[in-house]
Amino acid sequence: MSIVTTASKIDRLAQLTARTETASGTSLWREAMRRMRSSKMAIIGAVIIAGFVLLAIVGPWVAPYGPAEQTWRGEVFSNRGEFVGARAENWFGLDHLGRDMFSRMLVGARQTLLVGVVSMLIGLLIGAVVGIVSGAAATLGGKAGRRIDDAIMRVTDILLALPSLLLAVSVAAVLGQSLTTVMIAVGVVQIPVFARLLRGSMLAQGNSDYVLAARSLGIRKRRIVLTQILPNSLSPVIVQATLSLATAIIEAAALSYLGLGNPDPAVPEWGVMLSAAQRFFDNEPMMSMYPAVGIIITALGFTLLGEAMREALDPKLRG
Amino acid sequence: MSLLELDGVKVHFPVKKGILFDRTIGHVYAVDGISLKVEAGQTYGLVGESGCGKTTLGRAVLRLVDVTDGSVVLDGTDVAKLPEKELRSFRRRLQMVFQDPLGSLNPRQNIESILSEGMAAHGIGANQEERREKIREILAKVGLPANSLSRYPHEFSGGQRQRIGIARALVLEPDLIICDEPVSALDVSIQAQVINLLEELQESMGLTYLVIAHDLAVVRHISDVIGVMYLGALVEEAPSDALYEEPLHPYTRALMSAVPVPDPEVEERRERILLTGDLPSPANPPAGCRFHTRCPWAQPKCSQERPELTDAGGGHKVACHFTREIRAGELAPAGGPDAVVIPAQPEAPEAEKAEGPEKAPKPEKAEEAPKAEEASGESSEDSPADSSEGSPEGSSEKE
Amino acid sequence: MALLTVDELTVTFGGRGRKDVRAVNGVSFSVDQGQVVGLVGESGCGKSVTSLALMGLLPAKGVTLGGRADLDGTDLLKLSPSKMRDLRGRDMAMIFQDPLSSLNPVVPIGVQVTEILQRHRGLKGEAARKEAAHLLDRVGIPDPARRLKEYPHQLSGGMRQRALIAMAVACAPRLLIADEPTTALDVTIQAQILELLKELVDQEGTALLMITHDLGVVAGLCDQVNVLYAGKVVESAGRRELFAHPTHPYTHGLLGSIPRLDAPRGEPLHPIRGSINDQIAWADGCAFAPRCDRYEMECLTGTPELTEPRAAGHRARCANPVLATTEVPA
Repeated sequence: MSIVTTASKIDRLAQLTARTETASGTSLWREAMRRMRSSKMAIIGAVIIAGFVLLAIVGPWVAPYGPAEQTWRGEVFSNRGEFVGARAENWFGLDHLGRDMFSRMLVGARQTLLVGVVSMLIGLLIGAVVGIVSGAAATLGGKAGRRIDDAIMRVTDILLALPSLLLAVSVAAVLGQSLTTVMIAVGVVQIPVFARLLRGSMLAQGNSDYVLAARSLGIRKRRIVLTQILPNSLSPVIVQATLSLATAIIEAAALSYLGLGNPDPAVPEWGVMLSAAQRFFDNEPMMSMYPAVGIIITALGFTLLGEAMREALDPKLRG
Repeated sequence: MSLLELDGVKVHFPVKKGILFDRTIGHVYAVDGISLKVEAGQTYGLVGESGCGKTTLGRAVLRLVDVTDGSVVLDGTDVAKLPEKELRSFRRRLQMVFQDPLGSLNPRQNIESILSEGMAAHGIGANQEERREKIREILAKVGLPANSLSRYPHEFSGGQRQRIGIARALVLEPDLIICDEPVSALDVSIQAQVINLLEELQESMGLTYLVIAHDLAVVRHISDVIGVMYLGALVEEAPSDALYEEPLHPYTRALMSAVPVPDPEVEERRERILLTGDLPSPANPPAGCRFHTRCPWAQPKCSQERPELTDAGGGHKVACHFTREIRAGELAPAGGPDAVVIPAQPEAPEAEKAEGPEKAPKPEKAEEAPKAEEASGESSEDSPADSSEGSPEGSSEKE
Repeated sequence: MALLTVDELTVTFGGRGRKDVRAVNGVSFSVDQGQVVGLVGESGCGKSVTSLALMGLLPAKGVTLGGRADLDGTDLLKLSPSKMRDLRGRDMAMIFQDPLSSLNPVVPIGVQVTEILQRHRGLKGEAARKEAAHLLDRVGIPDPARRLKEYPHQLSGGMRQRALIAMAVACAPRLLIADEPTTALDVTIQAQILELLKELVDQEGTALLMITHDLGVVAGLCDQVNVLYAGKVVESAGRRELFAHPTHPYTHGLLGSIPRLDAPRGEPLHPIRGSINDQIAWADGCAFAPRCDRYEMECLTGTPELTEPRAAGHRARCANPVLATTEVPA
């Protein structure tokens, strides 16, 4: 065979098999991001959340009226069932004290976001620490470790066994009525959820071959936990964090609804607004509708994003 | 002196039960008294079916599971009794290649990080640059492209991942590499690449392997000495060729006869011993010889006395009371409902050698056993065949 | 006439914003009454997808089927789901790789077997139970009456596969499809199961479509062998012919890659280079070319045809087939 034909067939093969191979690899996180970008669910969720965050930032400045101004006090008589609905002046109508609902919704977004994020962070951070300690002890701590893990888990079991709202109410009862109370109460409820989740995830990873491989390489246990087990156990926790942002907002609304939220009228929060409006639901249902729909859409946004993340991070769908 | 010497190694896992407080209600005798020697520069193949304890034994050598009794001596140091602190640094000398190439690589680490981690832990290479140099050298040796360093495990094919696993072991320059089912998760055409690579590396770097596998053909191909395991113990150990030439233990014979050969001519003529019944539970092993419940040659003595591994000549060790009798053909296989022995067809020159004059317990089968005639052969042949490659055997054993 | 004729079967997976993947790319073969036909190939060659397509078990969404698959004159690919359900179990049945996950873990074996007898043969009560016990006995499960009351987890792997086989042959189907039936089992247990399958084929005249990656299994079992690569049949021949004269470089390479128990030790293996990912589209040429030592310019210009370069009935899809018998696999 002549050299020319050999060379040309090699060229032809190279041309047909040409693949775009990047020298720098794509990590799983980057993979997940790529998949998120092509997911409708993720995009819708992200748009909703972005809108909500934007609202929380600029809300107080763009609000046409102050949230506590009772400008139209003379037009609303809640005891007689006379309310003012949506009109050109007040897009969402007035509340029972004659305040502009639209402005209150805009200003309230910030508080609502704050409640959601802070209470989720409380649950996530404390829960993660508990989970890591427990998970690390259980996977690599030997007999003593398993005992420590057992003890920690019994405590979280007790926390889990209490109905979350009841737990939140008791926390609120101790700390008094304020927004901080609501955030702590909602956050505390999330602690055992995150702790259990992370520990379970770590246990599953702890049994995997690459952890065995790391052990046989003679790598220190602390390092195995931090570089091998933990990074691979985080996906479900991240997903849970997004989802629990949604539930935190709803739960905070429920607490406010029960009258445990911030009583300051100048600092509106959607949950508190909903709680106030429910008394007048018979006469003016729209008054409850605005904060309720606001909460639902926001929760939906976080849930959509969370679900999309779950899909993007799922190793079974990797491909 | 041998590089690795196991003496009476036992690994028993407690079986626990209880609602509030766990009580030990029994033991799984995963490894129950194994002694063997691995010579430097050689390959020792450990073969057996799932549940025989071969994976546990491999892990016991690395002390990834605790050794209940016995000693694992590598180059004069008993790994089984090493304190935790010294064990960590000693582990450099014992490395492992895993069955599942993807599962044994951390999916969130790139190749450089995977390979340099062990080096960093043992202080090999003064800095990352030096380590990278060494990694590049090893990558070339295992046949991976130089641009692999910053890529992640999921970006490689199965065979390449196994090469990464081998490289991870090699960078630490270990004395002994334990390969636990190194090819069973790979496609057939890739298996051969990895087997060849292991052999080349052994030749060029003077490596010592302990290969654990369920595929007798693979093990025979790469091993110098083979040990056959059944229910936590060695039933036979012999140089690779001797074992193939004349398997002495009934279990080895059955195992060998069950391995399919990709050649219809051979498949139709060779001896077949079909074991019926299943592997007894290692939590409740039978008394006496552990194989007696499935052995076609079992005698009353076999259920009472456990045979020792004894030399039958030429370093060929067997744990069977009746090696001599079976060898000489004085003992016929009882068969019955528990086994079918179909003797090899004598007219086949290239078939496996005929195994003495034992009579088939089901004569109708032996008679209809095929000749080389094509048409009749196809309808009546009784060859046992298996698909040994790719069976997820090792993983099930972990539990 | 052939019992099953598959003609130019294509299966394409698509949707969800991903690029379409053609898993099966024009596969043709036939199975005669009482014949054992092997579909052999490595992971990703489309052998399992082919079997699922024949059984109508692929999801309706995101899957496009093409070609024909005639079982006794009925095109399986065009059958309505309800007609397919009638056919499945009665005329054709499947044995899966993993016997544990193919059985319902919370239902006793007996109920699972009698269910089929009831659905397709109208047997009820005591009659169904008797027949179920008979079936278990038929596939070599000792003490069938007791086993009927047990749950899948109480049976060993080999026993579970036997139970699955009993369910598959409950209605004496004319076609049995076995997808890697022994891959999850131990060597000695595999020997038993293959023995049983062979017996069933001999005695009942059932046709068996055996899907496997193991050429050893094929050598001992199949009458006719089809080797698949990248969704196409690359070689098809009778068993003896195929093993004696592997003609396609892929088949040739596969046989050279397998360590043989009966080969002299120390003989090196001859692996096929690269991996399944090194592939070109069939439209551009031979998909195997990047891994092939024998490829020529014409292998890179359009799909090679199935021809009979060696002997009648021995077809290979190769422009430069291995014809000399003495050639070392390389």
